[in-house]
Amino acid sequence: MLQPDRIYAAKSDETLTNLILKGGVEIPDRFTRITGDEPIMEGPVIVDLGRLDAAIGANHPLGVALANTDDVSVLAPYLARLDVVVLHFPKFTDGRAYSQARILRQQFGYRGEIRATGQVLPDQLAFMHRCGFDAFVLAKGDPVTAWDRAMTTFSRHYQPASDTSVPAFIRRRENAK
Amino acid sequence: MYQYDQIDRNFVDERVAQFRDQIARRLSGELTEEEFRPLRLTNGLYLQLHAYMLRIAIPYGTLNSRQLETLAEIARKYDRGYGHFTTRQNLQLNWIRLDQAGDALADLADADMHALQTSGNCIRNVTADHWAGVAPDEVADPRVYAELIRQWSSLHPEFSYLPRKFKIAVTGSPADRAATRVHDIGLVLKRDDAGQIGFEVIVGGGLGRTPMIGKTIRDFLPEAQLLPYLEAILRVYNLAGRRDNMYKARIKILVHEIGTEEMSRRVEAEFAKNIDSVLANVQDEVARIASYFTKLPYGPSDPNPESYALRRKSDPAFRRWVISNTFPHKIAGYCIAEISLKPTGGIPGDATSAQMIAVAALARQYSHDELRVTHTQNLVLPHVKMSDLPAIYDVLAAQKLDAPNVNKVGDIIACPGLDYCALANARSIPVAQRISERFADVDRAHDLGEVKIKISGCINACGHHHVGHIGLLGVDKNGEEFYQITLGGSEAADATIGTLLGPAISSDQIVDTVEKILTAYADLRQGNERFLDTYRRLGAKPFKERAYAAA
Ligand code: SF4
Repeated sequence: MLQPDRIYAAKSDETLTNLILKGGVEIPDRFTRITGDEPIMEGPVIVDLGRLDAAIGANHPLGVALANTDDVSVLAPYLARLDVVVLHFPKFTDGRAYSQARILRQQFGYRGEIRATGQVLPDQLAFMHRCGFDAFVLAKGDPVTAWDRAMTTFSRHYQPASDTSVPAFIRRRENAK
Repeated sequence: MYQYDQIDRNFVDERVAQFRDQIARRLSGELTEEEFRPLRLTNGLYLQLHAYMLRIAIPYGTLNSRQLETLAEIARKYDRGYGHFTTRQNLQLNWIRLDQAGDALADLADADMHALQTSGNCIRNVTADHWAGVAPDEVADPRVYAELIRQWSSLHPEFSYLPRKFKIAVTGSPADRAATRVHDIGLVLKRDDAGQIGFEVIVGGGLGRTPMIGKTIRDFLPEAQLLPYLEAILRVYNLAGRRDNMYKARIKILVHEIGTEEMSRRVEAEFAKNIDSVLANVQDEVARIASYFTKLPYGPSDPNPESYALRRKSDPAFRRWVISNTFPHKIAGYCIAEISLKPTGGIPGDATSAQMIAVAALARQYSHDELRVTHTQNLVLPHVKMSDLPAIYDVLAAQKLDAPNVNKVGDIIACPGLDYCALANARSIPVAQRISERFADVDRAHDLGEVKIKISGCINACGHHHVGHIGLLGVDKNGEEFYQITLGGSEAADATIGTLLGPAISSDQIVDTVEKILTAYADLRQGNERFLDTYRRLGAKPFKERAYAAA
């Protein structure tokens, strides 16, 4: 999984200092995060929920950042045109964004990127991944090591979630056939 | 009972390996204590006043002889040779070393056990009626659904960082021996008019600082929809439960603030979106789990064998034990035998490793290799032939496990209190010990009948004092230990929060006051009334007068 060339190439490039963990490797983030009332520049941007209407016609690709108190269903009319939804963990013990991600995947069928920001720690990566997150800005630790650990610790899960693993009860049913 | 398959076994082994790695990263400093805390809590490791405590899950209170022996060995190897059975059917070891916790969990995993989710802000170890599968009044066996919930909730990715802890209890009987109405979710098995199995779903009960009786949000939830419905409740709670104040973070506060109707509406709306999820397709899994709980090969048994009848006639101690500690079984000739862990002057719920090993042997020989832990901190041999009672009793007596006091005044629940707990205002265990000594006279205790005394060392209410027939709550008065008294609580199907009787009583006076209250009951009762019945008929007044009368 490790692709050192890409990582080092990205790290050595002054203009691409932001890396995100995606697909098990660190890649440069092509999006620019627009916060507050900063002008919305051209190109790939991530805006706050309040400025989504302003950006939706002009920018592509486009992402939106939600607070963990926002109701994700307000995104319903926009989802087909969104490339990234950023969900936030203000503290790693505040688990609201897990449910936000699952609603996006399970109820709205959203297939774009769901990115975790905030206090994103290695020991919660597996839960995030299973809830539908597929991009991570880690607050601590080596992202690739953390990813490998998160993906290999358990060989099977008990409950279905928003990943592709086959839960125990379905595996048992198949085994019994 | 349920047996692990390879999937279950791999899971607990992988869990142990994960936690060993996390402990190593904590000891190396890679993980801070703040980062490590929720990880160790979901593995049952809790930091107490003096040391780490390991809380081991006994899912829905069911275990086999080998598992109890394993617990005894772990208590010997990593602790001080005894363990403490808790009100949530768990076992606590109070003196565990962090660097040995991984080994203790590995030993547990070898016996198909774990300490998963016995602490922390996650879905806790599920509890159930301790008479499951053997009670004559049972609608359906709650263990099947409790096991289903145990697996579904194990490391649930969405619900491992909830606002607060989350407790689910299941009962298969209208008598409700699982205290479902004081849990975050209570499930009561029932049948609809067509004979289909389903659940009454109760939400938002709980004790602690703000005691509340749970509210029914669904009268009948068909069996197959259980897990999608639980996910709907948990999702509503995870998103809307308060996170600004830990004392207002339980689901009971959410239900209280938005109202039962609104809670029900939100859950039903969420459920409607999930109704087709694969979680609604668990019939095969329910059948697979149920196959482990099929009827045991009970042989014929004489309901009144000569050996038993003779002993009962000739030995008053045996007779009193049978009267208070054995209960009717659904099969004639069998009984349910409860082993009291409340000897006079003892610590409620404690058992030594030697006692556990002796009880495990009894279960192997006389109870189809099966045991239960009750939420009242006792043990149960669930399948006992009447003819085996004398032999069982003799072993129990030799182990000092023969206290004839189940549901009697000496069968007290007490939280760890100031002896162990950093949050306590007052001691709980010594008060329980003194009360049981005061009522050591068995004839007197039997005459007083069913009395449930519950003691908490502070308002967090771990001793469930709100639902004690007599509840005692430790409070601090200028640095002295005092106790508030509540009367009339119940955690059964008629769940009620007790009412404060009056000013707090000093530690010196508290046992006398309990005695005055019970003496008042003995004077005032009519017919076969229990203490609780008399209190409900007469109200607090006569008890208050007697309790606070000058000596
Ligand atoms: S009720 Fe209070 S004193 Fe007792 S165990 Fe709970 S927190 Fe500790």
